[in-house]
Amino acid sequence: MQLSRAELLKAYRLMRTIRVFEERVHDEFEAGHIPGFVHLYAGEEASAVGVCLNLGDADYIGSTHRGHGHCIAKGCDVRGMMLELFARQGGLCGGKGGSMHIADFDKGMMGANSIVGAAVPLALGAALASKTLKRGTVAVPFCGDGGANQGGVLESLNLASVWKLPVVFVFENNGYAETTASSWSIGGGSIAGRAAAFGMKGLAVDGTDFFAVQAAAADAIARARAGGGPSLIEVKLDRFFGHHEGDTQTYRGPGEIERVRRERDCLAIFRRRVVEAALLEAAELDALDAAVALGVDGAVAAARAAPPPDAAELHTNVYVNY
Amino acid sequence: MARILSMRQALSEAFIQAMEADPTVIMMGEDIAGGQGAAGERDAWGGDLGITKGLIGRFGEERVLDTPISETAFIGAAVGAATAGLRPIVELMFVDFIGVCFDQLLNQAAKFRYMFGGKTMTPLVVRTQYGAGFRAGAQHSQSLYSLFAHIPGLKCVIPSSAYDAKGLMIAAVRDDDPVVFFEHKVMYDSIRDEVPERPYAIPFGEANVVREGDDVTIVAIGRMVHLAREAAVALAREGIECELIDPRTISPLDEDTILDSVRRTGRLVVVDEDYPRCGMAADIAALAAEKAFPSLKGPIMKVTPPHTPVPFAPALEDLYLPNPERIAAAVRKTLT
Amino acid sequence: MSGAAIHAAIHAIVMPKWGMAMDQGTVTAWLAAEGSSVATGQEIVEIESAKAAAAVEAKVAGVLRRVAEVGAVLPVGGLVGVIAESGASDQAVADYIAAHKDEIAATGAEQGPVPRLIEVGGRRLNCLDVGAGGEAVLLVHGFGGDLRGWGLVHDLLAGALRVVAFDLPGHGGSDPELGEGTPAALAALVPELATALGLKRVHLVGHSLGGAVAIAAAAAAGPGLIASLTLIASAGLGAEIDGGYIAGFLAAKRRRDLKEVVERLFADPAFVTGAMIEDILRMRRMDGVDEALRRLAARCFPDGRQAEFGLRAAFLGLPQPSQVIWGADDRIIPAAHVAGLAKATVLAGAGHMVQIERADEVARLILELARS
Repeated sequence: MQLSRAELLKAYRLMRTIRVFEERVHDEFEAGHIPGFVHLYAGEEASAVGVCLNLGDADYIGSTHRGHGHCIAKGCDVRGMMLELFARQGGLCGGKGGSMHIADFDKGMMGANSIVGAAVPLALGAALASKTLKRGTVAVPFCGDGGANQGGVLESLNLASVWKLPVVFVFENNGYAETTASSWSIGGGSIAGRAAAFGMKGLAVDGTDFFAVQAAAADAIARARAGGGPSLIEVKLDRFFGHHEGDTQTYRGPGEIERVRRERDCLAIFRRRVVEAALLEAAELDALDAAVALGVDGAVAAARAAPPPDAAELHTNVYVNY
Repeated sequence: MARILSMRQALSEAFIQAMEADPTVIMMGEDIAGGQGAAGERDAWGGDLGITKGLIGRFGEERVLDTPISETAFIGAAVGAATAGLRPIVELMFVDFIGVCFDQLLNQAAKFRYMFGGKTMTPLVVRTQYGAGFRAGAQHSQSLYSLFAHIPGLKCVIPSSAYDAKGLMIAAVRDDDPVVFFEHKVMYDSIRDEVPERPYAIPFGEANVVREGDDVTIVAIGRMVHLAREAAVALAREGIECELIDPRTISPLDEDTILDSVRRTGRLVVVDEDYPRCGMAADIAALAAEKAFPSLKGPIMKVTPPHTPVPFAPALEDLYLPNPERIAAAVRKTLT
Repeated sequence: MSGAAIHAAIHAIVMPKWGMAMDQGTVTAWLAAEGSSVATGQEIVEIESAKAAAAVEAKVAGVLRRVAEVGAVLPVGGLVGVIAESGASDQAVADYIAAHKDEIAATGAEQGPVPRLIEVGGRRLNCLDVGAGGEAVLLVHGFGGDLRGWGLVHDLLAGALRVVAFDLPGHGGSDPELGEGTPAALAALVPELATALGLKRVHLVGHSLGGAVAIAAAAAAGPGLIASLTLIASAGLGAEIDGGYIAGFLAAKRRRDLKEVVERLFADPAFVTGAMIEDILRMRRMDGVDEALRRLAARCFPDGRQAEFGLRAAFLGLPQPSQVIWGADDRIIPAAHVAGLAKATVLAGAGHMVQIERADEVARLILELARS
């Protein structure tokens, strides 16, 4: 189905926001302004946005440690995210979660998760709730190629199938689980190929092609929403940065990173395609670029100026009540 | 009002009343009905010890879910469903199985409220069977509740009576935090006492003073309450009056009731069926040593199993577990 | 072997009945080993009831077979164990146990009086009824209490007259639906309860708020049904009440807090046992009870004073014989409220719960009035 101009603009804006956000976080981290661990999503934007464009606030997503892109694509507040990364008051989690645990349940974002594969059963639960309460919503757990081998994830493929839950499993295969190549670690060679073993449809798509991702996701999500049960999409893409910030990436081949940035840039590919097909104008995209840059600048400025959480926050929200 | 139920019956009544009151309460677990997909009887078991029998007939397949053997997936699903509008009661068939799904409780359920800045809640009950005495061997007889009390963000409940079981289960379902609820296999049918018919909830963090006395404080957990009571009765005949405290919940722990008692008696014995290292007995002993030190008249005694796995042979298992004689001996030790 | 011979060889150890109020007990310890030989008079099992703990002795000699486990709670008459004369087979013992359990279930004969639920005015009231006949003493408890508070008086009166105690709505084992929550509204239950129980002549006794209910009932029903009226530390005779007690009682959810508050009811705090506090807590935990108590307090004791329902005037105008009993050290409703009332007995050294602290005298006074 053809996407409207508004949807295309939205898609570009979201992808561009993710890219600028991540590039900026890279710089801020290097400058020593961001504590802890950060795992950047740059290069993978078409996956998060291509999928989430088909979802509403009431639909749920589960994420990974590399969750900034999923957050932004699902509509989380960019300023709140930056404050969270900087560990400041006003962060999406009050500064208590950080990069690996950003969540916004109001937007159906069940949280980035630093335990590999952990969000997949959680998203299943959201789908179970949806089915039991007859809400008509779906759950989409994102998972990496590393997580595709986790026991709980394979259990979830089975359970979603047995219970016929409204779930779409999206595996983002960026070629590496930390330093280990997915071409080596995926027994059988294909994550999409695992779907059939669990009685569901599986499809592999090129993650640099926003349109391919969006179409595959639209189809799978519609099927789930209509009660057709779970399915699986393997999105093949590349990450521009290391596994985490500070990763020297010596495991990547000579010239690989440069080639990936040059040839596997989903934003550049999207821009070329929509402009050539006259779906959008270059000037519109430039305007969005400027707006996004301003927004991220503002977020960083706010984050640098904000105070850290109050000491009293150490003790709050361990329980609803105790 | 004098209606006597077993712990099994009391729990069943709690499930029924909780599920009748709130349509978002669902039950999940392996064979909690039984016969799923098979040619014979549906609800064949009602749980491996029959505790959840009859529920699927009453509430249907949508609210009573049998699961495949995949704890990470279904415990995780229960956690996720709890954040998304359901109030699941999920069974971990034996607490010994926690090894295959610990992350979903340790790093997920326990931490959401805190990590996500107070923006979500996880109203989940994980009910699990625990305890030795069933001759079930090392991998089906553990207690392990100390592991859960250790983790901030979880609550941990251990009833010792049918009355407590129903009231604490109803409270657990109504609680908005993740609760791990321990049911001792041996007590399901052997423990019978007065249980009101109407729904009632026992608040967490409120210990039960089972027996009043001025000479020694005994804090006992779960099934140990009954053994400690037997010891207290025997000691009373020797002129030693024991105050017996059942914490009911070890997280939150009713420190005030324990400390009030120890400050009055000056002596403390803790009886705990869980492993002796890094457990509740040590936790409560340290609490008293720190906060009631000036009142102590004798050493704090712990009555626990030895630092070994649970043996299979009945003769050995009977040696393994605390018993009234060892509890009484510990009490006498605090008095010398 | 004939049935008679089999039964002659096996003897039941049953839950004993110590005192009229005991309806169940707990097996707390076995004193002789399973399968051991016991002698006549040997102590074999420890039993604990709400009020007492003691060992039960073997009435015959033989081999002990335990039936109930430690911790088991059994009704009076329930089977605790058996002593089998040597020669009795395992099958015979098993048959005997099965048969005995059926007997108890069928007849309930050996059980003492237990409260039961009675349908009254569209709701169920928990009611303890001992004795027979159309004439009875009817005991009405106060705010936050229940029929068990009458236990001592109930025991003392039961020999002489039929005695009925019931739980007000929202209290004890009665349904929580309170209705309007005024003394008059609650008083409407009295004639309905009397009808349900076949009572023609009632000596009404009310304590605290139950006293206000009793006045309203007597005023409404007339001397035909209500033959006499005894008020104990009653509400309705003045404006003063310890609002702090009411508020404190409602606020206290935990043992420690509740103990502090409940101690104010007595001149001697030693009356407040752990068991009493646990009983109150158990009642309070039931769904609907706290809400009912709150509404009742708001209606009857707003802002630390007694609401005016015209009860003192009504009491003074009652034709039937009546009396008031008070504790001199009542900290909840002052004994000064007896001023101007004929037939008032103020007992020194007693607090608000006179019927517990001075049960003998209270029972004597009730009987005297009933017989006059």
